[in-house]
Amino acid sequence: MADSDQNLQGVHVELRDIGKSFGGTRALEGVSLTISRGSIHALVGENGAGKSTLGKIIAGALAPDDGQLLLAGEPVRFRSPRDAINAGVNLIAQELSIMGSLTVEQNVFLGVEPSQAGFQNRRELRRRYNELAASVGFELDGGGNAGTLRTADKQKVEILRALCRNAELIVMDEPTAALSRPDVDALHGVIRQLARNGTTVVLVSHFLGEVLELADEVTILRDGRLVQTVPAVGQTEESLMAAMLGRSLDATFPAKRPAAADARTVLSVRDLVAPGVNGVSFDLRAGEILGLAGLVGAGRTEVARAIYRANRVQSGSVTVSAGGRTDAHQVTVTGNPRTAMRAGIQMIPESRKDQGLLLGRPVRENVSLSTLAQVSRLGLVQPGPERRTVRAMLSRVDARGGGQSDPASALSGGNQQKLLFARSLLSDPTVLIADEPTRGVDVGAKRAIYELLTTLTADGLGILLISSDVEEILGLAHRVLVMRGGRVVTELAGENATEAAILGAAFGAVERP
Amino acid sequence: MTQPQAAPPAPEKPEQPGEPGRAARRLALPGGFGLPQSGFLAQARQGGIVYPFIVLFLVLTIWKGSLFADRTNLLEILDQQASYLIIAAAGTMVMIAGGIDLSVGATYALCQVIATKMAEGGNPVLAILVGVLIGVGVGAVNGVIATFFRINSLIATLAMSFVITGVASLVTNGNLIIAYSALGFAHFARTEFLDVTTAAWTMIGVVLIFGIVLSRTIAGRYMYAAGSNAEAARLAGVRVQWIKLVTFAISGGAAGLGGIIDASRVLSASSQNGGTALTFTVLAGIVVGGTSILGGSGAIWRTFMGVLFIAIIGNGFTLLAWNPLYEQITLGVILLLAVGGDAWSRLRTT
Repeated sequence: MADSDQNLQGVHVELRDIGKSFGGTRALEGVSLTISRGSIHALVGENGAGKSTLGKIIAGALAPDDGQLLLAGEPVRFRSPRDAINAGVNLIAQELSIMGSLTVEQNVFLGVEPSQAGFQNRRELRRRYNELAASVGFELDGGGNAGTLRTADKQKVEILRALCRNAELIVMDEPTAALSRPDVDALHGVIRQLARNGTTVVLVSHFLGEVLELADEVTILRDGRLVQTVPAVGQTEESLMAAMLGRSLDATFPAKRPAAADARTVLSVRDLVAPGVNGVSFDLRAGEILGLAGLVGAGRTEVARAIYRANRVQSGSVTVSAGGRTDAHQVTVTGNPRTAMRAGIQMIPESRKDQGLLLGRPVRENVSLSTLAQVSRLGLVQPGPERRTVRAMLSRVDARGGGQSDPASALSGGNQQKLLFARSLLSDPTVLIADEPTRGVDVGAKRAIYELLTTLTADGLGILLISSDVEEILGLAHRVLVMRGGRVVTELAGENATEAAILGAAFGAVERP
Repeated sequence: MTQPQAAPPAPEKPEQPGEPGRAARRLALPGGFGLPQSGFLAQARQGGIVYPFIVLFLVLTIWKGSLFADRTNLLEILDQQASYLIIAAAGTMVMIAGGIDLSVGATYALCQVIATKMAEGGNPVLAILVGVLIGVGVGAVNGVIATFFRINSLIATLAMSFVITGVASLVTNGNLIIAYSALGFAHFARTEFLDVTTAAWTMIGVVLIFGIVLSRTIAGRYMYAAGSNAEAARLAGVRVQWIKLVTFAISGGAAGLGGIIDASRVLSASSQNGGTALTFTVLAGIVVGGTSILGGSGAIWRTFMGVLFIAIIGNGFTLLAWNPLYEQITLGVILLLAVGGDAWSRLRTT
């Protein structure tokens, strides 16, 4: 950039009133901040506070709906990641984009390879790679295969790639989430060195300790709004967390119906070990909503999928006590949701689009899918009984906005979610697992789903509620389990269940697991 | 034009989850009075093959009425297309469940040579039964490879088609199998009842049964579910692998039956019959009918019309004494239009 000298110590990035929506959900609202050149700027907040979205907007991977992005004082609007790269802006996303079949140096110089008449100049490639790696002090063999590298080294490849494109601004989204402690230290060293060499680094991170260690300035987001931007010096993990807390305005919850003190246990999970789950035990009683809180990646969905046998289970037991009887029968570990369903468990999966609905199929088929045998005779689906059963269930969950023959894709997000509730409830389950049941639905539908969940507990259903929205968990659940690193780290109930307590447990101590 | 779709100009963005906008507006209106462009598009997609079929039929009737719209000609088309229609109806189930079967041409040949060999001097009923069962077995093997071994069905059935053709050649030693003396075997396809051959009657029965299975039974629902969203179907308790395997087994059995019908008609069989030409004609019929190559949507009646549409084009070329080379070009263009129309309407509606 021509005027980079003039801005060397000045403002590198300026955001003015940035707003962004996904569907009906407002992800960011009126965010304004400035980032000075050569600084390390951290973005922190709870799940869904908008920090990743903001990082992507700064990196040009997402276009803001409202507001302006200024780079070195010039308003810019990136049309593609390529535009951003040409402007010296690079994003290192959570999912790395390494070509596993290429060498390290080929990955680094991908798209900008030194070439002569269309042929790669390998010697020149090696020379430039070594020069680049030496300049930041990376010891990484350029000729090695990139696919076999450890995650930390892959991060280095991404960083080198950004540098060789003369990146002046690098946005890193959770760069250390997948790293072990020594690799984290190494990466921290790299980030500091980048900043010393004049590169601006924007760091999106869950780890408050890391943020305090590295960042010059910290921006705290809550519900898509900027709380404050403060110098990291003088902040503590507690002060950051306090700033992340706070109530938003739109959430109102139906009154909790207390589960009867003598309610029987309908689900008991013991020492469950599965991918992402490292020994989880808990009980769920009839008429109770048990909240499962934690950061994204803490293992909440994995617990749900293990209980429902959607994932393979390595060890541990899941017992459902069906009907009003006292005799409990084991759910066999078969890796099969069918058996879990038969035992009385139903799950509303995390992603209704990818794991829940048959979007192109009619509403009716979506609802009756799990319980076709109930409305069939000799394998033939009886249209009349099916229509009546589906109609009754749709009115029970209050799904509106489409006929039974309309495709599920024609419904709004909230009504699509209700279709999944309808499907689950048709099999009259004992236990219902709802994984992020209000993700991507508007406020009105949220409220309706809250009421539905509360009503269902009155019928004696035990509900395991997974949500990234801490207020939702607090507003609905009788007890809260907080997960971190595939384990339940704490159980909170009554007065102890506060947003601060949940967040404290979810973020954990400074030490990583 | 196979897909009479207008070019709606509305610059509507694709629907996001949680965005009530377009869907709510359309649903708020009574049926048929939705947004004009999406209404027409949906209708065109719904109708699909019907309109071009009717247009082609009328054009040929007007142009070469005495020859084309003649009872004998039409019944002959039905008779000749019997095997294609049976195989394509089964292939529709495979495709709706999210697979594809490229081995039907080979299975057709294998079952026909075995049945013909057995019919020569043997019991024709037994020959037919064994032939069909071998087809079911071959299809089940396809299904196991494509589901439990997780090999893409396109590749799995392509590879299997070479194996099957090889086995058929081993059975025949490369010779034509002749069963001119097996008159009982000939009755299977050539008997006429109410002026319609048993081949056509068999086809009508099988296609009707397949149609009922797909549209009315639990198994049919599971096929749509498996092809529409396999993971969602699995989480809803559908045995996705199993149902896909069943569709491949049905497809294999149908290929066998088709091969035997055609062998019965001429009382001879060869490992060179069927093959890729049959496989691709059948696939073309399914796709032209409007069944999505991505799975999850389609219907047997569509395939029925799609196969006959292609057959009528061929018949028209013959009656008009046009150069048959152009027939292939026409078929290719129609196929592109059908697939393009499917992709385009998907783009617009999802």
